[in-house]
Amino acid sequence: MKHKGRKVYMVSGGVTKFAKSTPEMDFRLRVKKAFDYALNDVGMTLNDIDGSVASYFSDHFQRQLMSGIMVQDYLGLTPKPSKRVEGGGATGGLSFQTGYEEIASGRMDTCAVYGFESMSHVNTWKGNEFIALASDTNFDYPVGGFYTGYYAMMAVRHMHEFGTTVEQLAKVSIKNHENALNNPYAQSPMKLTVEDVRNSPMVSYPLTRLDVCAMSDGAAVAILASEEKAFEITKHPIEITGIGTGTDTMRLADRPFGKVPLLPNEKPSDYRDLKYPGIHSFRAGRSAAKEAYEAAGITDPLRELDAVELHDAYTSSEIQTYEDLGLCKYGEGGQFIEEGKSKLNGKVPVNFSGGLLACGHPVGATGIMQGVFMFWQLQKTIKKHFKSDKLQLNNPKRGLIHSHAGTGTYVTVSIMEVPK
Amino acid sequence: MTINPDAKMDESQNGTEIYSTDPLVVKSTYSIDYIHSYAQDSEFFRALGKKKLMGSRCKKCHYGFATPRSHCMMCGAETEWVELPTKGKIHSYTTCYFGSEVFLPQTPFNLVLVEFDGFDSLFMARLIGAEQDDMYVGMPIVAKFKRLQSFSPTDVYFVPAKGSEKRSPASPKKKK
Repeated sequence: MKHKGRKVYMVSGGVTKFAKSTPEMDFRLRVKKAFDYALNDVGMTLNDIDGSVASYFSDHFQRQLMSGIMVQDYLGLTPKPSKRVEGGGATGGLSFQTGYEEIASGRMDTCAVYGFESMSHVNTWKGNEFIALASDTNFDYPVGGFYTGYYAMMAVRHMHEFGTTVEQLAKVSIKNHENALNNPYAQSPMKLTVEDVRNSPMVSYPLTRLDVCAMSDGAAVAILASEEKAFEITKHPIEITGIGTGTDTMRLADRPFGKVPLLPNEKPSDYRDLKYPGIHSFRAGRSAAKEAYEAAGITDPLRELDAVELHDAYTSSEIQTYEDLGLCKYGEGGQFIEEGKSKLNGKVPVNFSGGLLACGHPVGATGIMQGVFMFWQLQKTIKKHFKSDKLQLNNPKRGLIHSHAGTGTYVTVSIMEVPK
Repeated sequence: MTINPDAKMDESQNGTEIYSTDPLVVKSTYSIDYIHSYAQDSEFFRALGKKKLMGSRCKKCHYGFATPRSHCMMCGAETEWVELPTKGKIHSYTTCYFGSEVFLPQTPFNLVLVEFDGFDSLFMARLIGAEQDDMYVGMPIVAKFKRLQSFSPTDVYFVPAKGSEKRSPASPKKKK
């Protein structure tokens, strides 16, 4: 697929602190806070916004349909164009890319992508029920009805296929919770050991409570712009140089057992006996990466990416995603974390922010939050926004954000770069 | 005369449950009965009552679906109903100690993805008669059917095949 549109830049962002429950604010006020932060950071006003994209996953959580227009209305953006985008856990990533398309197509010169979710209106187990309704309600929901259960089966198969260990899973949890110690927006920063992770309550074997992200209330806003506008708004816009979106079957049981779609740094002999994707890998993640890499001209992701923010709803899915993104070969994900390659000082820092595991996962906001954190990282403004430069990488030029839905049903990959 | 300046709205005696006054947080309830049609999947659910596990096979490319679908995801052609074997193997498994609210009373429960000889895709089911440590990839398992149908995919469930113990996978020959 060729991307032929106009160049697209991110010019500002804002995020609310993600928290288990924030009943003193509703979703409109939460978005308003993130939106005003983003506007004020670059001295924009409402008049500077051409239109918007509303990003939220479930109408069930609030029992309020058309929440998107309520935000549009509260922000004072009516009667400008807007639409809601939804695709499960990848809602934020898909919305970010829809904002990209609004600019690339020439329809808008500036676009506010706002995401939110208010998951505290129901208890955790009812919340899990709502999320599980994003699995086939004829065949899957009545049997399992639990996303951690679905991911646990994928983790077990990954362990069977490649020898991945529960200690390796735990190391992802340790890394991400520790990174979050220096992220004031994160919901659950923690210093952990392998024992802490393994001894926390088993949710669905092999995943313990600390292998699984939490539910949150939160909002995030990304403001995108055309090249001309971007440099008028800020001296340091970040270019979005490629987007990719992949899909896969709704039911885990329907995943085929075929061949790996190869990245430029792989060859067929790497995977002679691997039946792909089966349930051990995310074909949608691989397709999304392939499309985005082609658009951004990336041929060796590990060398050419300076930071990655990926959808670690589960520790196991972070390991699976290293492989989908080609940071290592399929089967080497466990080793990749074991060797510390994804740590803050590793070959490619993954989830420097703390990821979903430590930041929380207010679904519609999550994929946009990743964009905002990566934007600040590439702008080298982490100190300004986090009040500490501990998470600021040395000289990052190119980052990848990755958003993921269902059991890998929609996956988005977007590449962000410091303009040359 | 329709104008009545003394009109009063009826009031409810039900009251409202309040969790907090600042901010004001109240209880709001929502429940609904859906008229859920299994539509083109209906045959699968009916067949469970006859102790039959139905999959489907593409008429054109012969791809075999262990979870039935009426059109092939490989080539788009129509599929036909075919009976699955009642014996399969564990492709992957887990034990859920927590779950969605409706399933919490059933925890812990085992979930398995089942593979069948001659079929290309898998089937998700519950497995009973084994605990977390008993299950393994490749474990032979057998389908069982509930006597009283609830027209749910849980009308079929799986149990370990005889002699499928992990430590001493006794071969049929040795048993004799």
